[in-house]
Amino acid sequence: MRGSSSRDTCIWLALAATLLAAPAAAEVKFAYIDPLSGGAASAGINAQKHMTYLVDRLNAAGGLNGEKVQLISYDNKVDPQESLIALKKALDDGARFVFQGNGSAVALAITDAVLKYNERNPGKEVLYFNYAAVDPALTNEKCNFWHFRFDDDADMKMAALTDAIAKQPLTKNVYLINQDYSFGRAVAAAAKKMLTEKRPDIKIVGDELHPLQKVQDFSPYVAKIKASGADTVITGNWSNDMLLLIKAGKDAGLKVNWYTYYGGALGAPSAIGKDGIGIVKQISEYHNNALPELDPDVAAFKKRFTGKDDEFGYYRLKTTFDMIAAAANKAKSNDPVKLARALEGIKVMTTVGEAEMRADNHQILQPMFVSTFSDNVKFDVEKTGLGFKTDSKINAKDTALPTTCKMQRPS
Amino acid sequence: MLELIVFSLLNGIVYGLLLFMLSSGLTLIWSMMGVLNFAHASMFMLGAYFSYQIARYIGFWPALVVAPLLVGAIGAAVERYGLRHAHKHGAVAEILFTFGLAYLIAEFVVMLWGRNPIANGVPAVIDFPAFTLFGTSYPFYKALMMAISVGMFAFLYLGLKRTRIGLIIRASLTHPNMVSALGHDVPRIFVLVFAVGSALAGLAGVIGGFALLTEPNMAAALGPIVFVVVVVGGLGSIPGALIASMVIGIVQTFAVALDYSLLDLFGALNVQVSRGSPLYEIYSIKIAQAAPIIPYLLLVLMLILRPKGLMGTRET
Repeated sequence: MRGSSSRDTCIWLALAATLLAAPAAAEVKFAYIDPLSGGAASAGINAQKHMTYLVDRLNAAGGLNGEKVQLISYDNKVDPQESLIALKKALDDGARFVFQGNGSAVALAITDAVLKYNERNPGKEVLYFNYAAVDPALTNEKCNFWHFRFDDDADMKMAALTDAIAKQPLTKNVYLINQDYSFGRAVAAAAKKMLTEKRPDIKIVGDELHPLQKVQDFSPYVAKIKASGADTVITGNWSNDMLLLIKAGKDAGLKVNWYTYYGGALGAPSAIGKDGIGIVKQISEYHNNALPELDPDVAAFKKRFTGKDDEFGYYRLKTTFDMIAAAANKAKSNDPVKLARALEGIKVMTTVGEAEMRADNHQILQPMFVSTFSDNVKFDVEKTGLGFKTDSKINAKDTALPTTCKMQRPS
Repeated sequence: MLELIVFSLLNGIVYGLLLFMLSSGLTLIWSMMGVLNFAHASMFMLGAYFSYQIARYIGFWPALVVAPLLVGAIGAAVERYGLRHAHKHGAVAEILFTFGLAYLIAEFVVMLWGRNPIANGVPAVIDFPAFTLFGTSYPFYKALMMAISVGMFAFLYLGLKRTRIGLIIRASLTHPNMVSALGHDVPRIFVLVFAVGSALAGLAGVIGGFALLTEPNMAAALGPIVFVVVVVGGLGSIPGALIASMVIGIVQTFAVALDYSLLDLFGALNVQVSRGSPLYEIYSIKIAQAAPIIPYLLLVLMLILRPKGLMGTRET
């Protein structure tokens, strides 16, 4: 009995292996490397749903040059070391297109590893599609031919936010509060530089750096902001650091406009709730009220994934897929090198306007929106009854910034 | 300036009292049972989630009572069916048990309520200003938090020092055999202590849930600071925990307001330090930037200079 059951298991395993291996023959593999467990998993799992939806959509439209696309996910726990192991696994599994977004430290590790791998393995090149890591270095001093960024970098976002602030004649005193690490420091530096250029009359009354995700009680910081007489606060804070900050501001009766990078990030609208109405602003490439109606894919996504937190927040992933499909079509090949060449300078029409992939540094240019949290919206987020309303739209070409990238293309 | 000082003091006291709410149950369990309960912050988290869920059906005030009772019942079950068995295998088994329990509770919360913060705002019934100071209204819930925290202190302190049951509990710790020989059920007393400790964490969670964020990582985020309070205050000392919480709350709050660094000190002393000097990076750190690590500095210093803590009775 024992023997036969273990023989059965063997047969089943063999069968399962055949079944799993069989479709691999004529498929393009997309490796998705992001946190699927641990503290940052909610963002990773949400983006994974985007990937699932978009891969199915691409396959329904015929795949890439007739080849079906298969999505394989790898958990990296937002850790650079884990990410390199995940990348190795993905390469062993035959993936030649890698998607990653959470964390610039991870992105820098991956772009470096991909560059080295491609140098050592000509003919087996891998492309890296970055949909959310916004450290400007990735498309400047650290740029390479294999990396493409589909999110606007931190400086581009700051340019848009400071433009919006500069247009507010009543703004007099701006307070900067950011997390004490590379990204937070970059945000503060960019804000100072750009505000001084655009509105020399605006005073920067505070430039605060606090430890990353360590502060539970922001009321002392808010007391300081209040004492400074600030009317506007700029923050690159994300997750708890932003939510607790805004909550503490509300408790202390602080009356300022919050210009945030991540005020609309997954989970933020639920946690901020009505406290943020009219004062929390965000910069993003899309929000549910960017168009008179929902983007058709956003609507279809919400039909398929109906949980409270299932928002199609990574609109840029749709643009990413559209650009890849257009490039594969143009190259008439799924070969990564040919596809990368075709991606350079490619333009696609999205529902919010034209988007372009810069050839000189592989940075996307796409329309952006500065929007304000509101209770008077047609389409809410996270089933809160609240949503974002457009303050201003920035056209794709106006988002471009100079680059220091010296692109080395394969010969 | 006066405004900043008054508000910093107020904020410091409120934060300190929140820390006390969190740590009083832990120090109670430690002092009476000798168990370092790693799952204590998880009980706090359960209190936050339970009250959110219960308040949706029966309102905030009943939830303020029911949620801690529920958490207390869970605590009692944990002691009766888990910890009691681990206890036989010594302190390491107990610590590992509570450590594992913390992970289990976190996963349980993720399964039921998801990974993202839930929309646990200040309940409408207590969302009004308590008083106005310098033209700024002060939220009522913070005043309520202070009142509950002070009430907890009185309950624990008087309960242990002045009541008969407190006497038996204290006796059970040092002389369990004698106490049971006198006809008291010592294991049941331990269940009671663990339940009360958990219920106190649950009560703190009801308030802390909307004062902070209700999310699955809240236990992990608050765990370390709670241990700092208990160690600095002296393991097992309720008044010690109160003093340590207040000191940490107030020092941390005032530190944030101080935009001074060692460079300013050197400037005042006419010591020349330039950008190229060794350790310049360290000199230029403002006190405000380092504020959130001050409690941990206090912990390290305390363990070096006075290992039994401010009011502790035994060496740790």
